[in-house]
Amino acid sequence: MLLGLLVLAGGLQLAGYDAPTALGALWQGAAGSWYALTSATLVRAVPLVIIGLGIALAFRAGALNIGAEGQFYAGAIAAAWVGLHVGGRPAGIAATAVLLAAILAGMAWVLVPVWLKLRFGVLEVISTLLLNFVAESLVSLMVQGPLQEAQHIYPQSDSIAAAARLPLLPGTRLHAGLLLALVAAAALWYVFARTLWGFRLHAVGAGARAAEISGRIDVRRVGAVALLGSGALAGLAGGVELSGVSYALFQNLSPGYGFTAIAVALLARLHPLGVVATGILFGALEAGAGAMQRDAGVPAVAVYVVEAVVIVVVLLAEASARRATAARVTA
Amino acid sequence: MTAPDVVLGGFLAAAVRVATPLLLAATGETVTERAGVINLGLEGMMLAGALAATLGASAAGPWTGLAVAVLAGMLLAAGFAAIAIGARADQIIAGTALTLGAVGLTGTIYRQAYGTAGAGLALPTLAPVPIPLLSRIPVLGPALFAQPAPTYLALAALPIVWWVLFRTRPGLALRATGEGAAMARAAGVRTGLVRTLATIVGGGFAGLAGATLVLAQVGTFAEKMTAGRGYVAIAIVVLGRWHPAGVAVAALLFGAATALQYVFQSLGLSVPYQLFLMLPYVLTLLALAGAVGRLRAPADLGKT
Repeated sequence: MLLGLLVLAGGLQLAGYDAPTALGALWQGAAGSWYALTSATLVRAVPLVIIGLGIALAFRAGALNIGAEGQFYAGAIAAAWVGLHVGGRPAGIAATAVLLAAILAGMAWVLVPVWLKLRFGVLEVISTLLLNFVAESLVSLMVQGPLQEAQHIYPQSDSIAAAARLPLLPGTRLHAGLLLALVAAAALWYVFARTLWGFRLHAVGAGARAAEISGRIDVRRVGAVALLGSGALAGLAGGVELSGVSYALFQNLSPGYGFTAIAVALLARLHPLGVVATGILFGALEAGAGAMQRDAGVPAVAVYVVEAVVIVVVLLAEASARRATAARVTA
Repeated sequence: MTAPDVVLGGFLAAAVRVATPLLLAATGETVTERAGVINLGLEGMMLAGALAATLGASAAGPWTGLAVAVLAGMLLAAGFAAIAIGARADQIIAGTALTLGAVGLTGTIYRQAYGTAGAGLALPTLAPVPIPLLSRIPVLGPALFAQPAPTYLALAALPIVWWVLFRTRPGLALRATGEGAAMARAAGVRTGLVRTLATIVGGGFAGLAGATLVLAQVGTFAEKMTAGRGYVAIAIVVLGRWHPAGVAVAALLFGAATALQYVFQSLGLSVPYQLFLMLPYVLTLLALAGAVGRLRAPADLGKT
């Protein structure tokens, strides 16, 4: 992490920016005030954490779900649809319906890759990825078709009913989605660490062949369930973003959450509680990046370089640790 | 020409235009994957190639841009190789990181070089080069034989790559490395070197593919302009069964599926255009499902 920031500072200085000013702006924008912390950093972190938990679930079982972005959009579309039609209901019921619809849509979206994998052996890396593009076109279709706002001018939906929105922390933009993220993290931690399913996931991820030969684990079923759970969480993130932040559906609702979340999960080594920490870290980076662009003129996309450096450093550390273990075993 | 001929000619030309960068990237990735390395950084390398082509072309003309783009792709590929092959880190993750880093780096450099106004459309580009005689064939001629230079480069690369992979000793060593690195090593092949070189070749092709987007099609750079084409190219490698000929067919099919929207538009059908944007991806998925059993990846693909 520190290395990533050092690289950023060095790069900025080389590129002719004032590095201390830029990093100061990054810090101010991410954690400089109660408002920045809650309304910028944590709001950004919520979708990263929820999707990241789903990625951790899938990757633990060795199922490479690269399609969280698409599942997020599927969830957001469903949430918008339901959210526009639950005006008369009590707030609790309306918001719950929205989130349930989002979860189901995320699962439905990943059902296609699961089916293609079980029936035809199509690699989920490819199929989940391809469906991202389909989902993005589907959002475009929705906001210019069935879900377009009443005036039919702008490519976005109307705002969802007030009852369908998530409650906010007073004085901030932080919504109840944070609680959902924390509950999901705790639940997933319990499943991984304390249940038979957690053991099955681990066994399949660590060595699908061995798990299969043991005869006690249905490898295909474990992989399918992990992918479905992963899609459910990504869909939920889409629903939470819609009912907690944007209130309306539009294109580019996600600034690549589905991809950044992969880094979030990997950096946490697929540990649910770690995902919360890395999700907040990346949320802070991206929140600070906006401030850095505003106050120091540094392009916000520069933080992607920091994220990439962080991933590579962790990756190299893990690889060298693995080699050291292998060396000890053979010695 | 009659109206149907114009539509057909336009369709074919568009199909080839869409297919060209995909074919270039997929050809390179075929070489890489045959050596047992899967590089999800393809998208990032294409993006780097696109920016390098923009910078190179605006400084010293389109051909320099092309060359600089190839170098940029190879440079990133070398970085990927150092991490994924040298340090034996996970290839999928390293590739994802490479793409993420390339998005950030190209965006930053682009804004640094051109400010927020952008590069504009003043870039010197590669004009279509009609091949004498062939380009005069009715309908087919203008579509297939009046394309910019990168299309011919892509077509020329196919038999060369096929020949090197399947008819030469280095090609045999490369495929042996992809099918069983341990055996290849026992037979005296320096597998690390082979994989590194195969990855760098793939990077060069990806850079060229990115340059094609800028210099032969769009005429300028835009952030994230590759828009997932690198990932599509990886799907095309799978669909083309890791063989240059299959990859060419798959790339053309994807190009044709994308170009269908122009036909339907010219027919004046009132179908939402987004359905046509989805079509190539859905067809690719269907094709992958239909190719069941006949797809076999190099046995050691992705193993460190």
